[in-house]
Amino acid sequence: MAEFRMPSLGADMESGTVLEWLVGPGDQVRRGDVVAVVDTDKAAIDVECFDSGVIERLLVQPGEKVSVGTPLALIAATGADAGPAPPETAARPRETPPPAPHPAALSPLVRRRAAEAGLDIATLTGTGPGGVVTAADVDHALHPAVPVAAPLVPSVTPGPPEPVVAAAPGARIHVSPYARRLAAERGVDPTVLRGSGPDGVVHARDVPAVPAPVVTNGAGPAPVAATALRRATAALMARSKREIPHYYLALDIDLGPALDWLRAHNRAIPVAARVLPAAVLLRAVVLAAQAVPELNGHWIDDRFVPGRGVQLGVAVSLRGGGLVVPVIRDAGTLGLDDLMARVREGGERARTGRLRSSEAGGATITVTNLGELGVDAVDGVIHPPQVALVGFGAVRPRPWAAGDAVLVRPVVTATLSADHRATDGALGARLLREIDRRLRRPEEL
Amino acid sequence: MSTTTYREAFRAGLREALAVDDRVFLMGEDVGRYGGCFAVSQGLLEEFGEQRIRDTPLSESAFVGAGIGAALGGMRPIVEIMTVNFSLLALDQILNNAATLLHMSGGQLGVPVVIRIPTGPGRQLAAQHSHTLEGWYAHIPGLRVVAPATLADARGMLATALIDPDPVLIFEQIALYGASGELADDAGPVDLDHAVVRRPGSDVTLVAYGGSLAPALAAAEELAVDGVSAEVVDLRTLRPLDTETVLESVRRTHRLVVVDNGWRSGSLSAEIAARVAEHALYELDAPVERVCAVEVPIPYPRHLEEAALPGPADVMAAARRAVG
Amino acid sequence: MTASLREEKDRLELLTEMLRIRRFEERSVELYSSAAIRGFLHLCIGEEAVAVGVLQALGADDAVVSTYREHGHALARGVPMQAVFAEMFGRTTGCSRGRGGSMHLFDASRRFYGGNAIVAGGIPVAVGLALADAMQRRPLVTACLFGDGAAAEGEFHESLNLAALWRLPVVFCCENNQYAMGTALARSHAQTDLALRAASYGLRSWAVDGMDVLAVRDAARLAVDTARAGGGPCFLELRTYRFRAHSMYDADRYRGKAEIARWRERDPVELLASALVAEGVIDTARRAALEAEVAAEIDRAVEAAEAASLEPVEDLTRFVRSEVS
Repeated sequence: MAEFRMPSLGADMESGTVLEWLVGPGDQVRRGDVVAVVDTDKAAIDVECFDSGVIERLLVQPGEKVSVGTPLALIAATGADAGPAPPETAARPRETPPPAPHPAALSPLVRRRAAEAGLDIATLTGTGPGGVVTAADVDHALHPAVPVAAPLVPSVTPGPPEPVVAAAPGARIHVSPYARRLAAERGVDPTVLRGSGPDGVVHARDVPAVPAPVVTNGAGPAPVAATALRRATAALMARSKREIPHYYLALDIDLGPALDWLRAHNRAIPVAARVLPAAVLLRAVVLAAQAVPELNGHWIDDRFVPGRGVQLGVAVSLRGGGLVVPVIRDAGTLGLDDLMARVREGGERARTGRLRSSEAGGATITVTNLGELGVDAVDGVIHPPQVALVGFGAVRPRPWAAGDAVLVRPVVTATLSADHRATDGALGARLLREIDRRLRRPEEL
Repeated sequence: MSTTTYREAFRAGLREALAVDDRVFLMGEDVGRYGGCFAVSQGLLEEFGEQRIRDTPLSESAFVGAGIGAALGGMRPIVEIMTVNFSLLALDQILNNAATLLHMSGGQLGVPVVIRIPTGPGRQLAAQHSHTLEGWYAHIPGLRVVAPATLADARGMLATALIDPDPVLIFEQIALYGASGELADDAGPVDLDHAVVRRPGSDVTLVAYGGSLAPALAAAEELAVDGVSAEVVDLRTLRPLDTETVLESVRRTHRLVVVDNGWRSGSLSAEIAARVAEHALYELDAPVERVCAVEVPIPYPRHLEEAALPGPADVMAAARRAVG
Repeated sequence: MTASLREEKDRLELLTEMLRIRRFEERSVELYSSAAIRGFLHLCIGEEAVAVGVLQALGADDAVVSTYREHGHALARGVPMQAVFAEMFGRTTGCSRGRGGSMHLFDASRRFYGGNAIVAGGIPVAVGLALADAMQRRPLVTACLFGDGAAAEGEFHESLNLAALWRLPVVFCCENNQYAMGTALARSHAQTDLALRAASYGLRSWAVDGMDVLAVRDAARLAVDTARAGGGPCFLELRTYRFRAHSMYDADRYRGKAEIARWRERDPVELLASALVAEGVIDTARRAALEAEVAAEIDRAVEAAEAASLEPVEDLTRFVRSEVS
């Protein structure tokens, strides 16, 4: 028994409608005979069969539209044993399967985002036309709290934090791609530079030169370069003080438990890998920022956009003057030892002007530690568009009331400068208390 | 070293090609008895005879197609299309046969034809006789497209093109035919693979080809007076493009101006800009500037024609914008 | 072998060749309908006498330029059936490595510069092939096949003029099947006598019954001999008919069924077969055996084509320019 199927008459033909049968059951047909007229998107076309025999049964009635390849009739070989009639089910025209969601309906962006996040698209509810899963649906599944329209902070994009751009389109600072690259290499936020081009475009010449890593002849870095970096720092700080209503909190923290624990920890590892107290403080800030996410992120377009992960800025002052802030990406995913290693490398690269582009810009919270400089406390200036800056002074032995007794303990003053538009004092207090709590349980760091 | 013209340099190349290889012949409209519309082939009929220097009817499609067929049949034809403006009548043959046969036949049918096409504006010949269409041909895979802009290239590109087993289009600048200069007495074949830095510089890269090289060089000269050091890159081969030479230059200067006698939209200048954006965006310290023909049919009166075409002043202005 | 015996053998060969083409085309329809082959498919069913008659008249070193309706020309030229099927399957064993498909069959080893799918686009190339032969003093002829539609194109007129002007050894073979896709000759030409128009360029020109393979062969021999002998280009208008639509996706609404039926009465395959039977050259058993041989060849060719490999995608950009070693 041969099947006569809906022929494919062109790559653009997907289905056809049987208009008319030119043969009926019992009719003798020969290979090449025109047996039906089929209506396609283009025209009514005579179609032929490719087998000789007797029409056993017509499977599709005139007026029925079926896909290419669907059996239209059964042709029994002449003279040969026709065999038992096929079961009824086989005689039915094949149902066209329900349209499966076509993979092509998903945009490449959706597929990539979902793949990166390890999401199974099939589990998502699509809000696009025809229930198609959109990028917004993926984002929603990943970050239900994030407003869909909020710009996402790319975690690895070099250059300045994207939200600056999104914040005020009219005030967008244009930086040439080359200048942007140079700035990243030199650890400078190019958006705070004063551009010399038309409309203030920042060109390569506006990016301060790399500070000399080692000054052996006593001469300072070239005055022009220092001035430019100073200008950059000045612009950023001025913008912060102009725009951000700061509030300040402080808390003295007993570092005794943490330092005791650290001594024990360091005994077990090579000297070169030893963890400094500063790293312990950073680790505590990272954990606190995770616990109080309202202070980890950016203030953009009059609203707070939480950071994706903790992108930890670590302020490093340069010997030649000026401030560089290498960023430790996704600091929340790093254990204490790894964090230490990154601090060490990043600080070194910042001081020698060899910062990687991935280390510049995009911080969600910044720590400034002036302990080495011998001061007790720092009331810092927030780096916009961030909303918080944590400061540490020197760790000193100080009188410390413990119950009724006064002991001498190693104490550090932690401070918080926070953006009052984004948070209030209560949340800020929570962050400092969280830092304190973490430092009291160093074994959990 | 002796003084010669662009026209004489081409003729010397033709004469040599005809002399060294019996399979080489020249055909086209008025290439024989007339001596060539631009007198490039003057004297060759007398020297090589009617079999080798063939005047054709005004049938661009037929004689370009015949060139393709003769190449398939073992000859090394040089077909001259009188000007690029008439090449459109043969576009089917160039695109659908010359450029396509090798691939479509699975590698069986190479087409070693050389097509010479005088091109370019600048002589008050109005819209139908002033086209610059090199960029269109450079769009087509399967072709090699070259644009000799110097005497040495005029003299030496043909010999290299004839060695190529595949079709080569040589675009000759009509406006340059009478230009003279010094050419080495032993000038010979030149490579067809590389762009060349015609003038080194450090502040901005000017990319040009064919008819736009002269205004680019003139602009560079003027810019130097103002202390702007412009590097001029002559593309020479428009397909395949030598992107690396352009990128190397941009990596040094960080600024790019592309000078193109063709119209801006969908042009070679667009291709250069795109490639630099693809491969050297982070080297750019200023937006890419393009100096192209104004998007109008080239008009007849001199002042309008000049206004429509890239001139040294336009190039200088663009370079200054780029340098900032 | 006597002359009459040789002629008998020749006629049997002509029949066999036409049958191969007819059955090949029929199998192609089936393969296309099941989507095994794609692209455009232009069949020459009804026009087999032209393909076989013209190509029988050529020598092995003569050149052939053809069109997109060229399966018959390729097969008659000796391109192996398997290579043609494989080409339509897009396989590496195809005569164009699978890169051309139905419309672009090439075989350089047989000087088959086939498959040009721009109407009249191959005609100038044929002139050039003949020019190369003439300039190299090779006693060869180029046969250039094209349809009646091409006679409306500029390249046709330019090329006839150029070939006549330079007295090049081209035999222009206009396979006049009466329709340029859906446009009848009379609806697109003021002068429908194409042989007459060709003659106006100074070519020797004949109109031939394209359904009679013997007439085609004899006319082609005359033209080829003339061209080879230095008599300049010749023109054959081979009046024929395609029994099927222009291509697969064609409702054939521009002509009547009665017209098709009338032409089918002059089916070139049946015309020759019945003559051979009537003369006792073959009997029905021999005819059936012939059919069986052809069917077996087709089965083998399809099987081999299906089994052949596809070009690796990494090779996509090969052959854009020659691979110079």
